[in-house]
Amino acid sequence: MLRFLVRRVLGAIVILILISAVTYFLFFALPADPALLSCGKNCNPQTVALIHHNLGLDQPIPVQYWHYMVGLFAGRDMPIGHCNAPCFGFSFANQQPVWDIIKDRYPTTLTLAVMGAAIFLTIGVGLGLISAARQGSLFDKIASGISLTGQSVQIYFIGPLAIYLFADNLGWLDRGHDVDWAHNPVGSITGMILPALVMSVIFWSNYSRQTRSLMVEQLSEEHVRTARAKGMNWRYVFFRYALRGAMGPIITIFGIDLGSVFGGAIITETTFGLHGIGNLAVAAVLQTDLPLEMGVMLFSAASIVLFNVLIDASYAFIDPRIRLA
Amino acid sequence: MTSPTQAATEPEPVPEDATANSSGSKIAPELVGRSPRQLAWLRFKRDRTGIICAVIVGIFILIAIFAPVITSLTGKDPYKLYGQDDNLLNSYGYPIKPNGGIDGSHWFGIEPGLGRDIFALLVYGIRTSLGIALCVTILSVVAGVAVGLIQGYLGGRTDYFVGRFSDLMMSFPQQLFFIAFTPVIAAVFVKPGDQESTTIRFLALVIVQFLLGWMSLGRLVRAQVLSLREREYIEAARLSGASSWRIIRKELLPNVWSTILVQSTLLLPVNVTAEAGLSFLGVGMQNPTPDWGLMFQDAAQFYQSDITYMFFPGIAMAVFVIAFNLLGDSVRDALDPKTIR
Repeated sequence: MLRFLVRRVLGAIVILILISAVTYFLFFALPADPALLSCGKNCNPQTVALIHHNLGLDQPIPVQYWHYMVGLFAGRDMPIGHCNAPCFGFSFANQQPVWDIIKDRYPTTLTLAVMGAAIFLTIGVGLGLISAARQGSLFDKIASGISLTGQSVQIYFIGPLAIYLFADNLGWLDRGHDVDWAHNPVGSITGMILPALVMSVIFWSNYSRQTRSLMVEQLSEEHVRTARAKGMNWRYVFFRYALRGAMGPIITIFGIDLGSVFGGAIITETTFGLHGIGNLAVAAVLQTDLPLEMGVMLFSAASIVLFNVLIDASYAFIDPRIRLA
Repeated sequence: MTSPTQAATEPEPVPEDATANSSGSKIAPELVGRSPRQLAWLRFKRDRTGIICAVIVGIFILIAIFAPVITSLTGKDPYKLYGQDDNLLNSYGYPIKPNGGIDGSHWFGIEPGLGRDIFALLVYGIRTSLGIALCVTILSVVAGVAVGLIQGYLGGRTDYFVGRFSDLMMSFPQQLFFIAFTPVIAAVFVKPGDQESTTIRFLALVIVQFLLGWMSLGRLVRAQVLSLREREYIEAARLSGASSWRIIRKELLPNVWSTILVQSTLLLPVNVTAEAGLSFLGVGMQNPTPDWGLMFQDAAQFYQSDITYMFFPGIAMAVFVIAFNLLGDSVRDALDPKTIR
């Protein structure tokens, strides 16, 4: 078990290093010169050379990459100033340390991710379980119709409709704003309800369909039938036998989804005008702010890889076959 | 040699027309030999949802192909600023007529701000988005199948390294990768300082989505080939001196064909929404090129005063994706009757 986890963690680290290398080389090997981009209007060869030197761009790309990776763990002195570990460099756009910008934006993304995940897991698995328990009933039909529709609509479509209806016309919910836990903890939650609800739609639709089909499959298994034939309580069999068997795949999907929402829900944040990591990524790309893009990319990739490892670890708690192996 | 899929061995209820075709004197219905393809088609024809969805999807594809014909019939141009030319917008840039300016001449109303005809925009937008998604899907499927076949058939070290490469590609944050690398790839084709053309954007979007699009099919094909490789008929083909190319083409491919078809139908709507998402975020197609996703970006600026605009691209896309997903399910049921939903 421990060996398995250690191997998975090492694999994850290798993947992250490879992602960082690919991203770095693609960004900084661009034909478009980053110095020209940050140089502005009064550009002359001397300024370009100076910027090159300041950004460390006068060195070969592998050397730059090496400095970058060392800086990430040990911090580094850059011509703009000292950059503490973890050093992702300084933003081209506003000369701020990239890590500070990410830290500054993260509470919004984190709140959205936690609330959204709580909502989509509850609604999705809940709907799926009820549907599976009452196969063929009216509830089942309506729920699967809603899930199919939910899976097919887009956040950038239902988001504005939800704001229009619930925030602007009915006034039930806040239209969504950034969190500020220190000064406005209540507003931080209420401001995130609508974005989290809208974001969760595409997720829970998937969960309810998956949960339903997994549970239907599990309920037709022989050990479930045997348990029922022995006269065991239906509820006990449903939750302890069938649900336990169905949990593995659900947790896998949940881990994958968590990895992506914790790395920034790009479309939701853009739709609701939230300033989280996803929104930061889009802004960085539109401004060709390479260090910021690189930082966000690594951050999101790390989130995905981390949750993948966590899924593997969690299997051990659910499935005794893995724990004992 | 025809492919012996499981479908052929399945006991198939004989449809009514089979009895009608057989000569009337016989009492027992004649057994008709059918290829797996015919069986799948028979099953599909009986699936009413599948047929309806196929028709809807067909309509969307026809709209995309015949967009110029449709707009010339309605007499509208997706680039022409009707709102400004014909004074259909008020001083704030919103349509003067109610419901987004819907009338006999502009069926879906006119766009706030620029004042283009929404019907023409949508028709052309579907054309752009479907075009990109179709290119991505074809490329991904071809590459995925090729990689899967190579991995599964060659096995060993090739399988290992290609497999790790596909793992790496799968660990990239997908949406972020698209956003970050679309400009990078576009920049490869454009000399610094030059204006980037629509064709290059199109190409860049196709390439960037293709780069992360082939892995899932590759894995499925690999897994299938791995199990097929050990079958007797492959061994027989090899013993009788068939070349690897022949075995892949004539023995393996026909057996993974149904997986390929099902996955392609499921992949296309995903690619359509991914492309629309990119355009919505501002890194996909650029104005004034009509694009499905751009319409959302555009509509999102105006929804507080003119929400009608949002409904046309939104509902069209929802219908398209639902129909395509249901069609994918039906195709799967028809090709592989053993999977129960």
